[in-house]
Amino acid sequence: MSATDPHQALHRTIEAIWRIERARVIATLTRLTRDVGLAEDLAQEALVAALEQWPRTGVPENPGAWLTATAKRRAIDLFRRNAVAERKCEDLARDLATLEQTAPDLNSTLDDPIGDDLLRLVFISCHPILSTESRAALALRLLGGLTTAEIARAFLTPEPTIAQRIVRAKRTLAEKHVPFEVPRGAELAARVSSVLEVIYLIFNEGYSATAGEDLIRPTLCEDALRLGRILAELTPQEPEVHGLVALMEIQASRTRARTGSGGEPILLLDQNRALWDLLLVRRGLAAIDRATNILNINSSTDRSATDISPARKNAPTRGPYLLQAEIAACHARAHTPEATDWPRIVSIYTELVDLTPSPVIELNRAVAVSMANGPQAALDLVEALATDPSLDRYHLLPSVRADLLYKLGRHGEARTQFELAASLTQNTRERVLLLARAASCQERSS
Amino acid sequence: MRFMVIVKATPESEKEGALPDPQLLAEMGKFNEELIKAGVVLAMDGLHPSSKGARVKFSGKNRTIIDGPFTEAKELVAGFWIWQVKSLEEAIEWAKRCPNPHDSDSEIEIRQVFEMEDFAPVLTEEQIQHKVTKRAELPLQTANK
Repeated sequence: MSATDPHQALHRTIEAIWRIERARVIATLTRLTRDVGLAEDLAQEALVAALEQWPRTGVPENPGAWLTATAKRRAIDLFRRNAVAERKCEDLARDLATLEQTAPDLNSTLDDPIGDDLLRLVFISCHPILSTESRAALALRLLGGLTTAEIARAFLTPEPTIAQRIVRAKRTLAEKHVPFEVPRGAELAARVSSVLEVIYLIFNEGYSATAGEDLIRPTLCEDALRLGRILAELTPQEPEVHGLVALMEIQASRTRARTGSGGEPILLLDQNRALWDLLLVRRGLAAIDRATNILNINSSTDRSATDISPARKNAPTRGPYLLQAEIAACHARAHTPEATDWPRIVSIYTELVDLTPSPVIELNRAVAVSMANGPQAALDLVEALATDPSLDRYHLLPSVRADLLYKLGRHGEARTQFELAASLTQNTRERVLLLARAASCQERSS
Repeated sequence: MRFMVIVKATPESEKEGALPDPQLLAEMGKFNEELIKAGVVLAMDGLHPSSKGARVKFSGKNRTIIDGPFTEAKELVAGFWIWQVKSLEEAIEWAKRCPNPHDSDSEIEIRQVFEMEDFAPVLTEEQIQHKVTKRAELPLQTANK
């Protein structure tokens, strides 16, 4: 059939409407039924009803309300059927109890702001009770509006595996009676970081594809960014949410520059900065400003609420996502690699190491130190790190060390380290590069 | 994919010092908020009437400057968004939810933004590189602070 086939055109329209409305319909139905799996089934039934009826009746004026109302009617029907059936099964009785509990909601929710339900849906999809992979699949399915097939393609995982993962995740949420709520108080921070972890996992899966032919799968990055942007509006007071959005926007701005025409990776300092997406850079910097403003306001209210102790005069604590975004921003602001503000990057890395101690971050800091203060200062740091057993098999340590030794003219030692790095890396392309550098050391030293 | 969603001008919006009606402004604000909450908007701006603008006409090597205002209001641009969505249909669905952007009859035009990949069939790698180099020579604006 041609692209102008009216049935196909309507089908695509319904698909687009579904993408816009889906998460909100599921969120509302989850509040009513207290079961995210059932809510999704009911929402799906509403979609099927739309596909049947809209070709005859036309698309209703408010399609979102139509879909929600239809799904709700199905919920009520289902609960009634269950209620009149023999109550052999405890589940049915519990369903009825749930209906009674939530009955007042049934009439009043249509006009209620759905933002809170959507946020509850975000938190339940990313609940720490689930594995990170399950959270990612569920979030893409319930919040991102991706089909199981699309998620499977994105993660290069067979479709039945993803389907199973989603079914099990929904079952776990039901069995453990995970409440459909926005966590409060001390729990909130932990739950927010659980959500951020999932979004960043999705982003990274797209950005540095761990498997498959493409080094970058941009649509997955876009899905993660969209989730991040939605979350930023749902929780505008959380600086780390803006920090993550900023980090993703700035990293995504480099997508076009990160691979060569042959598909090979291009490192940050070798990238053609002309290829960076300025719109995304600007959005990233704006998100950093939003996070910073919140922190400044929080710290000034802290000060006025209590005494002005010297400790409080320090800049408010920036979280790990915001700090990484700040580092990314230092690169984004530099028109050329030479214009990079390395001392500032070093100081942000120092803050990051203090906050989340990690030898890998220290190694990154050492690289920044070499750019700011020269190879010898960095080599001292790297050699101290070399005693850390957790970096034993980490190929970047000897690789960085080799590069510093090379810059210091110690070619013989550099060669040994390049060879060590080559023996540790999993990546064929990288191994070739490291061995080539080792060979060039040999020429220099002989 | 990205779309530029263009709000066309009307004779009223083209009037000197024209400001939209507060009621409409509030409805528009609500719509924008919805777009932002859905993570769809990448950028948006409104434009002054064409009386504050100019046109540069090209004919061979000649350049002629024509100051605004311009006639044919409905062919002029009054404002725009850049949206990131999955399909043209999704952009259309969002646009349908927009309140009438003017008091009189008006029009919104939806146009897909070229991505680098779209140039591949017509331009060589070198030409694409050149194109983006020129674009990046634009100042980084907020990036420079």
